[in-house]
Amino acid sequence: MAEGTMSDNRLLEVRDLKMHFPIRRGFFWSRTVGHVKAVDGVSLYIREGETLGLVGESGCGKTTTGRVILRAYEPTAGEVWFADRYMGWVNVPSLEKQEVKQLRQNMQLIFQDPYASLNPRMNLLQIVGEPLLVNGIAHGKELEDRVAELLRVVGLRPEYMSRYPHAFSGGQRQRIGVARALALNPQLVICDEPVSALDVSIQAQIINLLQDLQGDFGLTYLFISHDLSVVEHISDRVAVMYVGKLVESAVTEELFVNPRHPYTEALLSAVPKPDPRLRDEPIELPGEVADPANPPTGCYFHPRCQYQVERCAIETPALREIAPDHFVSCHRAEELNLTGVFGPTE
Amino acid sequence: MENNHLLLEVKNLKTHFFLDEGTVRALDGVDFVIKRGQTLGVVGESGCGKSVTARSILRIVPQPGRIVDGEIMLYLPAQSNHSTLTNVVNLTRLNPRGTQIRSIRGCRIALVPQEPMTSLSPVHTLGNQIVEAIVLHQEVSQAEAREKAIYMLDLVGMPQPSRTIDRYPHELSGGMRQRGMIAMALSCHPSLLIADEPTTALDVTTEAQILKLMQRLQQELGMAIMFITHNLGVVARMTEHVIVMYMGKVVEEADVDTIFHNPKHPYTQALLKSIPRLGQRTRERRRLESISGSVPDPYSIPKGCSFHPRCSQRIVGLCDQEEPPNIEIGPGHKTRCVLYR
Repeated sequence: MAEGTMSDNRLLEVRDLKMHFPIRRGFFWSRTVGHVKAVDGVSLYIREGETLGLVGESGCGKTTTGRVILRAYEPTAGEVWFADRYMGWVNVPSLEKQEVKQLRQNMQLIFQDPYASLNPRMNLLQIVGEPLLVNGIAHGKELEDRVAELLRVVGLRPEYMSRYPHAFSGGQRQRIGVARALALNPQLVICDEPVSALDVSIQAQIINLLQDLQGDFGLTYLFISHDLSVVEHISDRVAVMYVGKLVESAVTEELFVNPRHPYTEALLSAVPKPDPRLRDEPIELPGEVADPANPPTGCYFHPRCQYQVERCAIETPALREIAPDHFVSCHRAEELNLTGVFGPTE
Repeated sequence: MENNHLLLEVKNLKTHFFLDEGTVRALDGVDFVIKRGQTLGVVGESGCGKSVTARSILRIVPQPGRIVDGEIMLYLPAQSNHSTLTNVVNLTRLNPRGTQIRSIRGCRIALVPQEPMTSLSPVHTLGNQIVEAIVLHQEVSQAEAREKAIYMLDLVGMPQPSRTIDRYPHELSGGMRQRGMIAMALSCHPSLLIADEPTTALDVTTEAQILKLMQRLQQELGMAIMFITHNLGVVARMTEHVIVMYMGKVVEEADVDTIFHNPKHPYTQALLKSIPRLGQRTRERRRLESISGSVPDPYSIPKGCSFHPRCSQRIVGLCDQEEPPNIEIGPGHKTRCVLYR
């Protein structure tokens, strides 16, 4: 694929993205003593209208990846290509300040914690209407009409417009967050753990809402979550991260039934299944998640991997396509016979 | 003989919070029993009274909460080996600051809290905190207590226990802190371990490690576990018997297989349908069946059955009027729903 062109309907393409945060010591003459490699070589793409699930354990860099895509952080290296509705195929990290503002109309974020992400001193009209106001799209009566419509779309009554966030339950607050994200009719919505803080019965409501909205408005989602059951339910394709690196990505069914990376296999087996008749022994990963400031040599997962060979400690595996749309970074991907959600693959 | 298996019996427990805005009936008549060595799962959404139940048993209900009615009977084995008599204590009658509850709390009944980050003191080493618990309940010297603490840390699979014991909580990862909390809770060999969402703050692979550890320790030490969680997967993996709570009441109670394969209460049924299951997408693509509405405001609990405004099987004129009785529909299977009357 040539630089700067779109192929097979890609809305977003991230190439070898790196985000290293410096560790500073000292107060007056601070010096950098190392780097936390929060994101360390992530490549992924999202096609228009699909949902890409991004999973991994806490600290693996999934949230940072989302924020770099939005350019909340300046990445250390790498490219983020986005098919902007107005500006065309652009590399997000090289945009000018004014262009970033333009970009954010088409890229929005839904936050994890519905209690912390809404300003308690603003009413719904102000919260949901702010993106419209800031971008000079609507004001006055028109703004009220737009906000009322948005509230209706997410299943809230427009009469609630003058209320403040404290008057709403967790699920309703998350609906407000969704309405705010949709206000500018974005192309890409980055959902950062949107249901993790909610109760089980409310989770299903929000998941259904997100799916309905995707159908109605043709939205594209980057769905960041640590909950594999939710990710399987909502995603068309899934990418798995471990200590800042993308270890595997594939179409959902393929990844869950036929995982090719040992970490994906371990993650799938660790999820407690809601059926007492399926009490299988999870694969126990020895030790702890590696420190992103001081990662191991070779494959970052090798100290915990039951399939490791000598080569894994020396050579960093590259992400390669082993089947159409199935990417994996493991030296032994072809020879291993790993277990998916329905047991071992043939 | 029957009573010899009994460890804890909670009868008609009512814990209310008296606030300026009104009275919150956090627990409104809760009944259940825990047998020796049994794992009881307590399931429900936030605000249903799971944690208040645990706190009532330990008598650490925060102000302005109070146990207003009911009994919590703890059956302790007799001190002498020859007698089969058990020593019964009604925990609700004890002074929450008295010596008797202090000899039970942390010793006979121990707690593993949800947040290993906030439950440990940041200014004391892990070892100091475990040693304190041991010295408080057992007649041992500081040196012996330290030996014991190292032994406990080894038991919970802490790497290099003789060095980790002198670490501060901030030097440990979430999983290690939770192992430390479990070591502390088990240091006095409790008969009952109350685990209040012990793995909710952990990642799945760490969660799998901790759950496996708890299963192993239960087999080795033989304590009963009251496992409080909202994660139905964890319940299915860990427990034998389950109570489902909604708005301060136990709405269904059964063995774990019945709860998952033959649930009777509409709330249990709806809860099980609303969760996505691994592998389901590949088998069939469907929408999740969500429960409409949200948990009602605790100041204004609906009349009649408190679940009726969200229930898809409600009978108008009955469910919104009458409080449903607790009906036994099978051996050990009880539900609070008029459909089974």
